Amino acid sequence: MAAETGHDVLGELMRGSLDHCVKCTICETFCPVSNVTPLFPGPKYVGPQAERFRVPREESPDASLDYCSGCGICTQVCPQGVQIAEINTQARAKLRKRTGFRLRDRIIARPDLTGRLGTPVAPLANLMLHSRLPRRIADRLLGIDERAPVPAFAGRTFQAWARKHRSPPAPRRVAYFHGCGANWYEPDAGRRTVELLEYLGCQVDVPRGQGCCGLPLQSNGMFEPARRYVRRLTRRLAPSARHGIDIVGTSTSCTLMLKREAREILGLDDDPELRMVSDHVYDICEYLLMLHDRGELRTDFQPLPLTVTYHAPCQQQGHGIGKPALDLMALVPELRVIENDATCCGVAGTYGLKTEKYEIAMDVGAGLFAQIAEARPDLAVCDSETCRWHIEQATGVRTVHPIEILHRAAGLSGPGH
Amino acid sequence: MARLRAEVLVIGGGATGAGVAWDAALRGFDVVLVDRADLAIGTSGRFHGLLHSGGRYVVKDVVAARECVAENAILRRVIPQCIEDTGGLFVTFEDNDPGYGDRFLAGCHTAGLPVEEIPVAEALRMEPVVNPAIQRAFIVPDAAIDVWKTVWSLADGAVAHGARVLTYHKVIGLHTEHDAVTGARLRNELTGEELDIDAGFTINASGAWAAQIVRMAGIEGIGVIPGKGIMIGMNHRLVNTVLNRCAMPADGDILVPIRTISAIGTTDIRAADADEIPVTQAEVDQMLAEGERLVPGLRRARALRVWSGVRPLFQDEKAGGAEVDTRDVSRTHAVVDHRKRDGIAALLTMSGGKLTTLRLMAQDIVDAMCEQLGTDRPCRTAEVRPPRNEDGRYYQVGSRLAKREARLLDEQLICECELVGRERLEETMRARGTINLDDIRRQLRLGMGPCQGGFCIYRATGILHGVGRLSGAQASTSLLAFLQERWKGVWPILYGDQLRQARLDDWIFQGLLDVEHLPETGTGAPAALLEEEPIPA
Ligand SMILES: Cc1cc2nc3c(=O)[nH]c(=O)nc-3n(C[C@H](O)[C@H](O)[C@H](O)COP(=O)(O)OP(=O)(O)OC[C@H]3O[C@@H](n4cnc5c(N)ncnc54)[C@H](O)[C@@H]3O)c2cc1C
Ligand code: SF4
Ligand code: SF4
Repeated sequence: MAAETGHDVLGELMRGSLDHCVKCTICETFCPVSNVTPLFPGPKYVGPQAERFRVPREESPDASLDYCSGCGICTQVCPQGVQIAEINTQARAKLRKRTGFRLRDRIIARPDLTGRLGTPVAPLANLMLHSRLPRRIADRLLGIDERAPVPAFAGRTFQAWARKHRSPPAPRRVAYFHGCGANWYEPDAGRRTVELLEYLGCQVDVPRGQGCCGLPLQSNGMFEPARRYVRRLTRRLAPSARHGIDIVGTSTSCTLMLKREAREILGLDDDPELRMVSDHVYDICEYLLMLHDRGELRTDFQPLPLTVTYHAPCQQQGHGIGKPALDLMALVPELRVIENDATCCGVAGTYGLKTEKYEIAMDVGAGLFAQIAEARPDLAVCDSETCRWHIEQATGVRTVHPIEILHRAAGLSGPGH
Repeated sequence: MARLRAEVLVIGGGATGAGVAWDAALRGFDVVLVDRADLAIGTSGRFHGLLHSGGRYVVKDVVAARECVAENAILRRVIPQCIEDTGGLFVTFEDNDPGYGDRFLAGCHTAGLPVEEIPVAEALRMEPVVNPAIQRAFIVPDAAIDVWKTVWSLADGAVAHGARVLTYHKVIGLHTEHDAVTGARLRNELTGEELDIDAGFTINASGAWAAQIVRMAGIEGIGVIPGKGIMIGMNHRLVNTVLNRCAMPADGDILVPIRTISAIGTTDIRAADADEIPVTQAEVDQMLAEGERLVPGLRRARALRVWSGVRPLFQDEKAGGAEVDTRDVSRTHAVVDHRKRDGIAALLTMSGGKLTTLRLMAQDIVDAMCEQLGTDRPCRTAEVRPPRNEDGRYYQVGSRLAKREARLLDEQLICECELVGRERLEETMRARGTINLDDIRRQLRLGMGPCQGGFCIYRATGILHGVGRLSGAQASTSLLAFLQERWKGVWPILYGDQLRQARLDDWIFQGLLDVEHLPETGTGAPAALLEEEPIPA
């Protein structure tokens, strides 16, 4: 709550923004969760309406708030500028303080910790994560749905690869913010990003010890540790920013965290280091499209005779940058891209992993899954890792980051690689 | 003509009258309480919402301060469900009288008011939107008090002890016999029917209208000069502690968080007529400017509506009553004994006072009545809790939201802003039997939130019609009357967010529902809803 932060709460952010609500109900018609379950009363209700009844010294009165997945769509569609999802996230943090943090939430909110623990024992950990009995136990004991997708540990980290890799000098220099997903689970995706950036004329720094951005902690209501994580990460990224080096990230929710959410929701707007980093952070597709707009992007991509679907995840939409991945993929000859117009896949980070929410998440994603199934694509494309895992699990279609498409089109990899 | 008989007739169903009815009924009197309109629709329904700790008066009027200290503690005990335990902050500014802070502290000690000075940093941590330029901060036990909950609780308590409550019954004459008041003639304001009450004793608790009442018994020389105060309700709780400027009482120096809103107020301006109290643009501007000093940015926050009330300033010619600044008059109350003053027995008038001291005022006037009647019945209002306060717990702002949680799946929400569900609405409509949506509003807060009825009032009108109480014409008239009433409170603050809301509401009511051309309205339907009204000078 802004009360913790010393903000101008009457300003445009957070609680003060509830004043702009005119009750038009547009947010409710878009909320993916309230559209599939009556358990969640919807963004207008839990946001600008309920917030007027929430008082710091009283206990949180409304547990139904917890069904908000934090996808942020409501904030994007509100024509009056009410920061609905942000109000919800803050209220949820207080609610969780009352109800206590479940062990499960503590676990799934720390992907770097699970990564650190799982990586050295990857084969065993993966066996556990992907076999029935342990999953059933985790379901019953912890509340992690046994059907929910969980990624496999790669057994090696992207950082380990990056330490050995020497990026050749190039006229443009960027820093790569890889996030937990690439580091522990998809190191190849991280490698491909570096290779592509180098191919496109960038020298790539990979700042060491990046750790988690704190987003899963934040969305699970654990603001204090989330703030510690953000601060640590910004410390690692700050030297690049200070030298005017742009920071690109492939995890679109984590870049959004650095750009905006940590400042607004965690109330770290006063942190000068974070502000500096924020100013230099780009979603990778946003960055590449910006180069293209300036005429500085190499576009001699090879033909890729594939059909792919593209789903812009909610968090990517939160950047307010349109869908740069579509423009980039349009540069690839012979690639057929079918844009999905469903709003949300349902998983919303860690939401869809929870036993009590898994089915809601599947219902939310049903529209998207149907579109993908109908398109029968060679690949599905999506910018966010948790969404990719969820879509892949639900549809059986291999789901990749747009960078992987460009990597192939650049001739750096292919079905044969 | 119908005739009623009662031991005690109480005229005026505001806080004072309801308190008197409760007190007298508890002492075993047979009471009739009458009001020309609904309960708490006069000054009481238009006040600021502050249960004074006494801090406001400690420097200027230590008697008033002491009364507040005592009554604040008693009301917290007997009507906790009507009270939010917000606490209060008194903050000083550089441009205030530099000695005031110390005098304030000394005054608190004299008046027995528990006070604690806290570091400015701590005050800002408590209430982060407060102007960081404050110099000193003091904590006192101010609180917010909901007048409708209070008045209805007291009235229902009186009824439970045998009292009768007649709303929409206006006193149009007093009966006198042998230099004593023996009752009154009432007119039912809804039907026009008249009714006589024979009463052994009459208590005039009609506040700003008190002079009109006593004149009916031929009593002259009492004047009431209305002192108008305006308040602006802000859309949400900007603060959660009552915020007072620590200086000599002035305009716009208190911000009260109450229920879902916070109210900045107030002013004190001589008004010509207690029934005609329009709000001017200049007053709104002044209020916002003062609010801005307490909470920088307040002007940008959403104002919900503005309302005004009148403080009755009593002038008694027999007491030599020269004109005085209405705020300089002591806020303490006095019982006017008309037997002593005018030779007319069985009539007492309550003058002055404040909502915080309603219980004491009632006690004093009922004591005076007992004395005149020659009976000795002790007052019990400091111990007995009236209905809905029995559990001894303060009101929680989140309680509606918490209750709503249990009904999310099976009850329709009618007023979304103030979370009024359909069942509660229908129940209240049935129980009240009123055709006036505005009466329902005060009881349930229906239509009192950000959209000011834009989304709930057409729903409520349909339900009211369906519940079987209203004809189509009455329903339409009630809808229009409600909109008109809300509009009065909204137009003076039409800027920013509330202007946008008003436009949307206008589209709904004019554009979609075409309310100005409803097929059947009763006669006398209000004029155009959003007609441009000239801003009074
Ligand atoms: C702007 C303002 C702000 C205030 N803020 C505070 C505050 O924050 N805290 C506080 O403690 N005090 C406050 N006060 C004071 C407080 O509101 C009043 O002292 C209190 O409400 C008076 O109640 P009452 O019952 O005496 O008068 P009213 O509430 O005015 O009741 C009188 C009743 O008599 C009825 N009546 C009139 N004529 C007739 C008739 N002929 N027949 C039948 N009925 C009739 C009226 O309809 C009315 O309901 C404030 C006052 C004002 C003006
Ligand atoms: S979209 Fe915005 S303005 Fe409309 S109801 Fe939702 S929060 Fe209110
Ligand atoms: S963040 Fe997503 S789930 Fe939550 S209220 Fe907004 S739209 Fe609905």
